[in-house]
Amino acid sequence: MAAPCRTDAIFETVVEEIETNEMCSKKAASLAPLVLHMVAECPVTKARVCDLTLPHCTVNTPVFMPVGTQGTLKGITVDQLEELNCQICLGNTYHLGMRPGPELIDKANGLHGFMNWKRNLLTDSGGFQMVSLVELSEVTEEGVKFRSPYDGKEILLTPEQSIAIQNSLGSDIMMQLDDVVSSTVTGPRVEEAMHRSIRWLDRSIAANKNPDRQNLFAIIQGGLNSQLRKACLEEMTKRDVPGFAIGGLSGGEEKDDFWKMVTLSTDHLPRCKPRYLMGVGYAVDLVVCVALGCDMFDCVFPTRTARFGSALVPWGSLQLKTKQFAKDFQPIDQECQCATCRRHTRAYLHALLKCDTAGMHHITVHNISYQLTLMRSVRESIIEKRFPEFVKSFMKRMFPTSDQYPRWAVEALASVNITLD
Amino acid sequence: MKLEISQVVQGCRLGALTGLGKTAQHSLETPGCLLYTRCGSVPHLTQDTLHTLTSLPAVTQLTLATLAEHQEVLEEFKEGARKFAGLHDTVVYCSLHDPAAPNPPGYITNKTVSVWGSGGRIELTVARYMALQAAIQPDWYQSMADGETGQENTSRKRVRKAVDRTLSHLDECLVLHQKMQELKEVEIFGVVEGGDVREERLRSARETAKRPVTGFVLDGFQSGVMGADLRSQLIAATTAELPQDKPRLLQGVGRPDEVLDCVEAGVDLFESFFPYQATERGCALCFDFNIEPDPERAGTRTPTVLNSDKEEIITGELLRENGDGSGDAPGKMTCFEKDLRDKRYREDFRPLVLGCSCYCCRNHQRAYVHHLLVTNELLAGVLLMLHNTAHYLSFFQALRRALAQDRLPDLKKQVLQCHQGQ
Ligand SMILES: [Zn+2]
Ligand SMILES: [Zn+2]
Repeated sequence: MAAPCRTDAIFETVVEEIETNEMCSKKAASLAPLVLHMVAECPVTKARVCDLTLPHCTVNTPVFMPVGTQGTLKGITVDQLEELNCQICLGNTYHLGMRPGPELIDKANGLHGFMNWKRNLLTDSGGFQMVSLVELSEVTEEGVKFRSPYDGKEILLTPEQSIAIQNSLGSDIMMQLDDVVSSTVTGPRVEEAMHRSIRWLDRSIAANKNPDRQNLFAIIQGGLNSQLRKACLEEMTKRDVPGFAIGGLSGGEEKDDFWKMVTLSTDHLPRCKPRYLMGVGYAVDLVVCVALGCDMFDCVFPTRTARFGSALVPWGSLQLKTKQFAKDFQPIDQECQCATCRRHTRAYLHALLKCDTAGMHHITVHNISYQLTLMRSVRESIIEKRFPEFVKSFMKRMFPTSDQYPRWAVEALASVNITLD
Repeated sequence: MKLEISQVVQGCRLGALTGLGKTAQHSLETPGCLLYTRCGSVPHLTQDTLHTLTSLPAVTQLTLATLAEHQEVLEEFKEGARKFAGLHDTVVYCSLHDPAAPNPPGYITNKTVSVWGSGGRIELTVARYMALQAAIQPDWYQSMADGETGQENTSRKRVRKAVDRTLSHLDECLVLHQKMQELKEVEIFGVVEGGDVREERLRSARETAKRPVTGFVLDGFQSGVMGADLRSQLIAATTAELPQDKPRLLQGVGRPDEVLDCVEAGVDLFESFFPYQATERGCALCFDFNIEPDPERAGTRTPTVLNSDKEEIITGELLRENGDGSGDAPGKMTCFEKDLRDKRYREDFRPLVLGCSCYCCRNHQRAYVHHLLVTNELLAGVLLMLHNTAHYLSFFQALRRALAQDRLPDLKKQVLQCHQGQ
């Protein structure tokens, strides 16, 4: 599908810059509204630092993207998110497509206008939620069939409809509808899903009404089977899509299988396009998967766990609802610069959690700050060529002793030349 | 603390409470309201969202009801509830009850009152009450009181007992107050009880006024316990017995029409739990208090908007009659607000109130808040609380301006117009 010409001066400059890089020259000619500028690459691991220019602002990667499922990030205002230096967050197509619906969001000037968020948005395809949240969903070649939990009506979500909704939402990055199979499933169903996801990618590309302002990412499938993953990578990278997601993981599979599929994917993905690892957000997973070459991450965990009173810290987490914090007059993390840690103690948050939602909001602010700060530190260490040292001290801080390091993480890091002590 | 009355208009006292706080640098204009909190926090709001609002009251109200369970923690913390709650530059007043969470009756004894924390009932003797105040270290607090006179058929005898007990609590509080190092330079307000019995009201006022108190809390006038006319008469009779130069704080009254009545009866200070209650019912305060003959704003409230607002009151009350089952009754919807859950706001891309400069109205639309409410998103509470607080504070500003310009009748007419046709 031919994209309309764009004469945006800023984009042209960056394109030129990238064209000096041999490997990226061919792909950068694409007219997608996205430019990836490689800032630094770790000489030891596969980690990389990029400036990803999207329609609403530039995103510094590696990046964690907080999830704002229904057009809002769990009690946090858009100004607070900006204050936290969040450059991109997620919206869920399934939820927003149901309520308030694409027509209304269209009238509100897209999801950006509806929630008054001035930076970038990424939307998923809606398929994952359908398969995981809705009983009785059925996948056919046409799409995903399911019963609406709101009015009981049968609905068919096709790749075209998913893109149409995402076009209404106006997100900066859209995801193709993929045929999601649980990562614990094996056998022919996985292969079928992989091939179908490729066919659905082509239908999604053809359906995108706004290729000049909305980027469509492909999702690599293939379960935990290397052959299928490779086949999927080979086919999908033939398409001129602006970015790739690694899908079908983070669904309860063994971590040994997980990291091998991640590293296999990044080995075969083009260097000059962003790589988004879907649904990954635990600190250790983030750091390891950056080392394996991923750029973008999302996860509901930091915000969800905040609502249960769990605050993320470099040495794990604090369950602030437990009694041990009732008289603990330190901030959550002495070194954290977030609005919560600058003002409040663990003891006060412990008390407030019993009484008002503001308690949760304080922890949500802190947890988002923790995730974004972690990624900023990762980024700086890569630029300053000390990423392996960063990883080592990060692991030391996270685990009391080295025999508590998860084996998969040790092995994954070893595969990219970081040997933990 | 000093009350400076600059003008008395139809019984309304326009002035300012000055010399507030330990450094005596704060002041609060009257008639005015205190900032409502639960456990030291304005509901739903973090400090950075709260401070998107300008001209917040200089005084924050803490409640023993939401802090009593943390007594041990506060005692170990030693630096008072203001610092504990991360409230920096504010004057702190500590009341006994949470005005938005009425207590079940039947737990008051001669020597004790009770509050309900997250872990259940906490019984307070005067000694414990004062120990709590010493741990909280407010700038000013009310004495312990028996305010249980609001039930139907409360006997005269029970009302007299409430007055007697409250006076004796006050005397005990004053004795302990003198002895406690933590409460040095802290001010105490005496509580005037007396239910709906005129003689008891007068006796309570006279007796309390004889004690060395800085001001007075008028208790037992909560919305719903008596008719508006009776309340106005009783408050006027009570305040006539109180010294003119001391402030009067009215508990449990927050509706704008009731506030206006009570200001005319001589009340200076109110609590601001009403915006919180509206927020909990998913409503945005929208009553009009603009009396400036401002041509630019004249067209903002078209008759169509008014009519549609009225319809909604009826449906709103029907919908909410059964309450939401939560512990703190958000109360019934009033004509001073609109129910943003209502379908009519689904595609309404206007701010909650045209011309409002709060964070919510500057950044968001009714359709968005409607969406947040129907999807049970936490941000709904945040945005509504910001708007409702801003609207309520602006109402008090408009009230003071109207008094200064001797235009109270115009303001009343404007605020009460939503009553018409009901
Ligand atoms: Zn923090
Ligand atoms: Zn507003």
